[in-house]
Amino acid sequence: MEGGTKMKIMNMVNAINNALDIKLKEDKNIIVYGQDVGVEGGVFRVTEHLQKKYGKDRVFDAPLAESGIAGTAVGMAAAGLRPIIEMQFSGFVYPAFNQIISHAARMRNRSRGRYQTPIVIRMPYGGGINALEHHSESMEALFGHIPGLKVVIPSTPHDAKGLLISAIESNDTVIYMEPKRIYRAIKQEVTEDKFSIPIGSANVITKGTDVTVIAYGAMIREVQKAIVLAKEAGISVELIDLRTIYPIDRDTISNSVRKTGRVITVTESPRSFGVASEITQIVNEDSFLYLEAPPKRVTGFDVVVPLPKGEHHYMISAEKIFYEIEKTVKF
Amino acid sequence: MIIMFKEYDPIKKKMFKIIDDDGNIINKKWFPELSDEQLLKAYWDMVFARTADLQTVNYQRQGRIYTYPPNYGQEAIALALGAVMHENDWLVPAFREMGAYLAKGVSLKEIFLYFMGHEDGSRFKNAKNILPMAVPIASQLQHATGIGYELKYNKKKDVVFAVVGDGGTSEGDFHEAVNIAGVWNVPVVFIVQNNQYGISTPFSVQTASDGIAIKSYAYGVKGIQVDGNDYFAMHTALKHASEHARKGNGAVLIEAVTYRKGAHTTSDDPTKYRTKEEEQQWEVKDPLKRLKAYLVTSKKLKTTNKEEEKIISQYKKEIDRQFVEAENYKPYPLDDVFKYMYEDMPIDLQAQKMEHEKFLKWKEVRK
Repeated sequence: MEGGTKMKIMNMVNAINNALDIKLKEDKNIIVYGQDVGVEGGVFRVTEHLQKKYGKDRVFDAPLAESGIAGTAVGMAAAGLRPIIEMQFSGFVYPAFNQIISHAARMRNRSRGRYQTPIVIRMPYGGGINALEHHSESMEALFGHIPGLKVVIPSTPHDAKGLLISAIESNDTVIYMEPKRIYRAIKQEVTEDKFSIPIGSANVITKGTDVTVIAYGAMIREVQKAIVLAKEAGISVELIDLRTIYPIDRDTISNSVRKTGRVITVTESPRSFGVASEITQIVNEDSFLYLEAPPKRVTGFDVVVPLPKGEHHYMISAEKIFYEIEKTVKF
Repeated sequence: MIIMFKEYDPIKKKMFKIIDDDGNIINKKWFPELSDEQLLKAYWDMVFARTADLQTVNYQRQGRIYTYPPNYGQEAIALALGAVMHENDWLVPAFREMGAYLAKGVSLKEIFLYFMGHEDGSRFKNAKNILPMAVPIASQLQHATGIGYELKYNKKKDVVFAVVGDGGTSEGDFHEAVNIAGVWNVPVVFIVQNNQYGISTPFSVQTASDGIAIKSYAYGVKGIQVDGNDYFAMHTALKHASEHARKGNGAVLIEAVTYRKGAHTTSDDPTKYRTKEEEQQWEVKDPLKRLKAYLVTSKKLKTTNKEEEKIISQYKKEIDRQFVEAENYKPYPLDDVFKYMYEDMPIDLQAQKMEHEKFLKWKEVRK
């Protein structure tokens, strides 16, 4: 899929900006807007320089109205544009739920294919950044539950770019969740050329034989640290980066679990009715007879993410993941 | 046209009217430029729309369709809208705009199909630039503002007409949509059908504001309060509002004051929350009666009662023909439940469908 040779060191912010830049240049129908995304380039600077480059009618600041941002995007998309909108923080997306769930996710079905809503809804999500209330939640399961939406979460700059290109080119509405905790924490070489990673394909990051660990977003880095501890303890871990929450890559999950016989899912979001529960059921349906231990969910608690002084109680550490790996392997 | 917005500036609390309750012209200056042929077409279109609307309520009573929200008493608004709209203009409807649907090219059969509970009613085979009905109240107004952005962005000369009821103006989406349309200076004409009730809730419970048109001030857009039961006033107001928007001067908020003579939907019983006296007060303002009175007084309508009855019975036959067509519409295939959710059906969804098909096969064998 990699097309070129012009490599550049990028963090996730750079990579997302680069993907937006490539697509804005390529397709006049693409419009980028949201709160503070124009002049300021977004509170995380993800859209920096884009307004200067593409003009105020293509990259601009929206009024402070999440429902309005999402709702106008539905109208623009029905009329033929391809809006990419930003929710400043995922914790502020709730006022836009009616527009996303009742309209963006349904317009094609409601109109029997007459209209479609190729919208990308970008939003930084997740905790661990010492933020105010409503700036730390992970609600991917809420979106994953809505028929008509696709939900994508990258864990590296490279994937962030490739997945965003696919999201922008999709004719479905894509919820693109950005793990803000690792926005600038991971740097890697990424080509400046265009490439895409298909939505719905997980990535086996590390091959292993004893246990499968499935994670995504900022949790990948924590699992990778846990894998170092596991290796010292003589445990071989296979790590799957889910990359897409919906549609989920069932085959990659099943192939791995059938090989290892053990599975742990790590998510930052609350446990009940979450992605880890969904994966557990997929494993039960597809790989029941291969299991040597009960599938395990390592997740946030069913609580509100605590404010910074208490957040360490909530966030999942590499040590905790290793603890669960060891228990599952020894089951 | 700015003059009209000045003369009827909402701050003056002056409702825009052209004919009185008896169909006499009281405001000649703003009488729309319509040929006799157009005037008669307006009348017969309204007769047709009312006949179809009342007939639809009958079908519901016969158990042949599900819930239906009647247009009865409010027809002038949608009919004037239908007459003013250009071919490429967008219609973003609420759900009481049959006249505008028909003018757009939506068939009665499609309208029936929708209220029989079939998405194919929103295919709009012969109509363009019309969104399907949006049930969550006022949410559609945001789409109108977004479409307006597309028109402006691509330098098109079309206009969006977006409709909402008085209850809908209490929703946050109303505020956001009109506010953003003001900021973006997009060509959207917002039409509030103020029919005095949101189901059973009277207008006085929706807002302490002195009407809706005045709210245009807060959004920096033009506004006007219009007698929604006066076909000519609606025609002129919509015409001027749309030309204002078409020329790039921004959005307009029209409050069309009307009365919902029928129930909210066929599941509703208005006798529980409004009086006979009130209904009678509004009866004299009926839009069809007033339009007819004007046409008869001005000797433009020469049809005898007997001839009119004959025409209406022909309409009924046509309405019934389309209704029966909708009743005999092809069965709803299982495929259609799944195939429009995504551009390409996700593997997991395909699996869900196959699993169900296996069950159906099993059921067939079991018979």
